[in-house]
Amino acid sequence: MKYDVAVIGGGPAGLAAAIKANNEGASVLLIEREARLGGILKQCIHDGFGVVRFGQKLSGPEYADRFIQELRRTNVQVSLLSFVTRTVKRDEGYDITYVSAQGVNTVHCGKIVLATGCRERTRNAIGIHGDRCAGIYTAGAAQNLVNILGAMPGKKVVILGSGDIGLIMARRLTLEGAKVEGVYEAKPTPGGLTRNIHQCLKDFDIPLHLSATVTRVFGSTRLEAVEISDVDERMRPIAGTQRIVECDCLVLAVGLIPENELARDLGVELDPATKGAIVDQNCQTMTEGIYACGNALHVNDLVDYVSESGEIAGAAASHGGKRKLKPITPQGKLLYVVPQRLDVNAPIDNVVMYFRVSCELADQRLTVTAGDETVFTKVYSKLLPPEMERIAVNFDKAHTLDDFTIRLEDK
Amino acid sequence: MELVCIVCPNGCRMTAERSDKGIVVVGNKCKRGEAFAASELTDPARSVTTSVRTTVSGYPVVSVKTDGEIPKSKIFALMDLCGNITVDKPLPIGTVLAEDLFGTGVNLITTTNMEVIDE
Repeated sequence: MKYDVAVIGGGPAGLAAAIKANNEGASVLLIEREARLGGILKQCIHDGFGVVRFGQKLSGPEYADRFIQELRRTNVQVSLLSFVTRTVKRDEGYDITYVSAQGVNTVHCGKIVLATGCRERTRNAIGIHGDRCAGIYTAGAAQNLVNILGAMPGKKVVILGSGDIGLIMARRLTLEGAKVEGVYEAKPTPGGLTRNIHQCLKDFDIPLHLSATVTRVFGSTRLEAVEISDVDERMRPIAGTQRIVECDCLVLAVGLIPENELARDLGVELDPATKGAIVDQNCQTMTEGIYACGNALHVNDLVDYVSESGEIAGAAASHGGKRKLKPITPQGKLLYVVPQRLDVNAPIDNVVMYFRVSCELADQRLTVTAGDETVFTKVYSKLLPPEMERIAVNFDKAHTLDDFTIRLEDK
Repeated sequence: MELVCIVCPNGCRMTAERSDKGIVVVGNKCKRGEAFAASELTDPARSVTTSVRTTVSGYPVVSVKTDGEIPKSKIFALMDLCGNITVDKPLPIGTVLAEDLFGTGVNLITTTNMEVIDE
């Protein structure tokens, strides 16, 4: 079989990419490893999805369903329960090998869109000492247990990490009858959106402990307790501050990392700041014909932007031409900027850029320049690390299409 | 009273005070913030998302939500009510499982399209 575009991953980014590529005239294969489309949205049953895109607060499954129904009206071929094991570059395009109920299949495609989402960091990633007992889950695994499988991961729960997923799981487990002893955060500021601190913790009187982390776990077969320590400003445990909190479940919400195994196999160049691929404004990586979008590209906090990047990748993958790439250099207090390159041969009148800061900042000015010209500027009264920002920049007015910078500085 | 709007992910930090002219709200980016602040000061309400059990293959539970807000004080009563519901056939998304919760006019609806899967 031969397709113009193969999309790997049937979550929000892959769904949007497949629909868009189809609508732009490409023949599309969508490969999904699970039995149902929707990706992580299937288990994100809380609401708040789609505010930017639909002006509505949808639950995750509802948001996904809109795209799944739209996909059904296209000619996109969907292969479920299919796991990609190998991708190989050919003279024209790529060969993709995947395993499904039908056996091992190899298809040829012109372009690949990587929409593989992200992974959770685990106990090993943060080096928690102690026994190897049951009862320690990543937040996503706990969410899957409760919301998909209808099973509870524990009765007395400690949550490490105050990102949105940790906060949402604190509320979810409380609603289902667990006692959440507290949410612990090694940083001095909460990781999640302010609204989630309020509606998930304050509404249910769940304590939030900042500058404190889990330093050891105890339990011969099942988790029995965790040791909590305060940490200093460099997140090192402070001796003498240890205390024991009894619990039978530890939920780790300690960060997400773009999933890049396939990208690495293909030799796609990664950005150490985003841990995803380096891309141009059309989500094309530095490897010709390979695109990356959604959380595989960089971890987003709003699904609306995941869908947007999927659409950008899907549209571009169905066209594409000879590129002329120029770097966009971040300056000042930016943690990262996507895209990292500008293809000046492609349209540059509406370049969507996403950026994030590494610490809370007030009264900042963002400036985008081409040569010595300013092409975009915006003032922010407040910027927070958990909140990704999006801008759309028109580079068409610039006289020199080179030396692009994006800079954040005190106003 | 200082509060954070939970209507959308913007999470506006607002102050709301009672005055002769009603409730005065500062810091909201849109009109929904005003309504939220008024509700927080008088009768706080929340949308609730949770799940109910099913006997349908492939769906140990199905996700549900209130299609509007219910009084915050009724959240755990709603959880009890959900514990007593069992879905026994595949239902399309948006199916009403319980009507007029606590006399609010708000319904409990499914939020997942239960499609039977050939595993």
